[in-house]
Amino acid sequence: MSDRPPELPVEVRGLTIGHGGQPIQRDLTFGVRRGEILVIMGDSGSGKSTLMRHMIGLDPPLAGDVYYGGEGYWAAEETRREALRRRFGVLFQNAALWSSMTLEENVVVPLQASAGLPAGEAREIARLKLALVGLAGFEQHYPAQISGGMKKRAGLARAIALDPAILYFDEPSAGLDPLTSRRLDGLIRELRDSLGTTVVLVTHELESIFALGDSAVFLDAERRTMIAQGSPQALRDSAEPKVRAFLGGGER
Amino acid sequence: MTATPEGRVAVTRGGDGTVQVRLSGRWRLGDGLPSTGPIREALAVAPAAPLVFAPERLEEWDSSLVAFVHAGALLGSAAGSAVDTGRLPEGARRLVAMALAVPPRVRPAATEDDALTARVGRIALHALATASDALSFLGDTAVSVAALARGHARFRRIDLVRAGEASGVAALGIVALINFLIGAVLAFVGAVQLQPFGASIYVADLVAIAVARELGPLMTGIVMAGRTGASFAAVLGTMSLNEEVDALRTAGLRPGEFLVMPRLLATVVMLPALVAYADLMGLMGGMLVGVSMLHLGPLEYLRQTQDALSLRHVWIGLAKGPAFGAVVALTGCFYGLRCERTAAAVGEAATRAVVVGIVLVVMVDALATVLLHVAGL
Repeated sequence: MSDRPPELPVEVRGLTIGHGGQPIQRDLTFGVRRGEILVIMGDSGSGKSTLMRHMIGLDPPLAGDVYYGGEGYWAAEETRREALRRRFGVLFQNAALWSSMTLEENVVVPLQASAGLPAGEAREIARLKLALVGLAGFEQHYPAQISGGMKKRAGLARAIALDPAILYFDEPSAGLDPLTSRRLDGLIRELRDSLGTTVVLVTHELESIFALGDSAVFLDAERRTMIAQGSPQALRDSAEPKVRAFLGGGER
Repeated sequence: MTATPEGRVAVTRGGDGTVQVRLSGRWRLGDGLPSTGPIREALAVAPAAPLVFAPERLEEWDSSLVAFVHAGALLGSAAGSAVDTGRLPEGARRLVAMALAVPPRVRPAATEDDALTARVGRIALHALATASDALSFLGDTAVSVAALARGHARFRRIDLVRAGEASGVAALGIVALINFLIGAVLAFVGAVQLQPFGASIYVADLVAIAVARELGPLMTGIVMAGRTGASFAAVLGTMSLNEEVDALRTAGLRPGEFLVMPRLLATVVMLPALVAYADLMGLMGGMLVGVSMLHLGPLEYLRQTQDALSLRHVWIGLAKGPAFGAVVALTGCFYGLRCERTAAAVGEAATRAVVVGIVLVVMVDALATVLLHVAGL
């Protein structure tokens, strides 16, 4: 590696999150290295999902900024923001598939409408992405016709439609049985390993945290800021009792 | 044992200075809870006296017993008494301990100022926020319309076709019914007034002009606000609720373009067609009354209509169609997109879209009438 510090694909600096002028978390600062899986964890109501909404450009933060390759997202012009958004894909908590479209159309729309691919090519790519998540043969199904786990996988296919450099996941295992959620975790790891995608994962599932997380930040609902940062394994012996208790460390 | 809830509780002072709460009988949900008044009174007489819950011939118990003991224990700890629940049945004792484990959160006094000025201020601020949201929505829509005009608005053609169907073909039935009846009612009211003067034939004039110029478009606009406006708000509201709108944004698509444009375009195009159909139905309603009640010949009635109805009136009526269509589509989409993420909010969005849509349609109509009068049309 070169001498100068490597540019981080995603960096959060001095971010205060919340809505309606009410801060939920203050002064969040952390970075995600290329190809790394970063876990954002914390107790319920600590603002994990809100933080993600700020990072993916849905809600403006109260202070601070999110930097993509060193470029401030919220400081940028709207057209530039749109270009920055192309760099990442998002899997929402309930998959948020467009319910009036088939699975194939769900993947085709970002490819065609957003990236401007010709219809035939978009369809081919959509078939590939659905096959990658194990949904070959379900192209013409509507979201209402498939199970929760399949919806998540279809949402993942849509999220990776444009080969994003960064993937965001909001509680991917929420509402899934252990087996399905483990399979989804495996899929996430596989995608990272084969495509080198940088992953930001919001979750409180211990199993996912330890199976996937290269590093993690912990948001505390009471103190309203992040109280720990590091690899999940190291955080088990964190100086913060709350983090230790959360990760079930120090019990053995 | 006793039938009344109060009969199951006896509060006495023990010889050792304690307050004894004797519990007996059957405690079943639905039988009513005894008042904690006696405990409060006993504690008022002897503040900080230890409070002892003592079961005596307790037959059966459920949450009602626990609720009573819990309420009593809270009174006791508020008065500074030591609370002894040790003699209660094991399960009840543990439940009371669980309920008492986390002290009730002391809420800061409500900061909401209830003075008249404060309430007026809040309403004003809310109205301002809505107005600013509406302005930014209109601005966003203008940008999308410009993109549409330059031919690179990004939305799916199938959405346009579906919205066109919903705001066109699917509305034919109700538009026909309402306007037919309106035409008939107009003719009937006109007939009652005109017949004594032997001027029955002018009913045709009345119906033709009123329907083509005012009531056809107005009724169609109101029906569409209730039908299509509500449906747009509900669909977009559900999409917001389900994060589908957020998913569009992160996929690089603007909801103002992808969701609003097909709906706006569809209603703006379909409404004039619906108005033309409404005019026809209104005239037929009028003719039915004219022919059956006033014994005018159908041809005579049609001839009179043709003479009265200059094309100007028809054009004015048709021109209101796109305006009403835009109003209906935009209010529906506005309230749908601004919907909060709860199920109740979707219902509210639909309600507001209908109410505001109807009000705006009538206001635009009134404005048009005044302006046309000033312009001498």
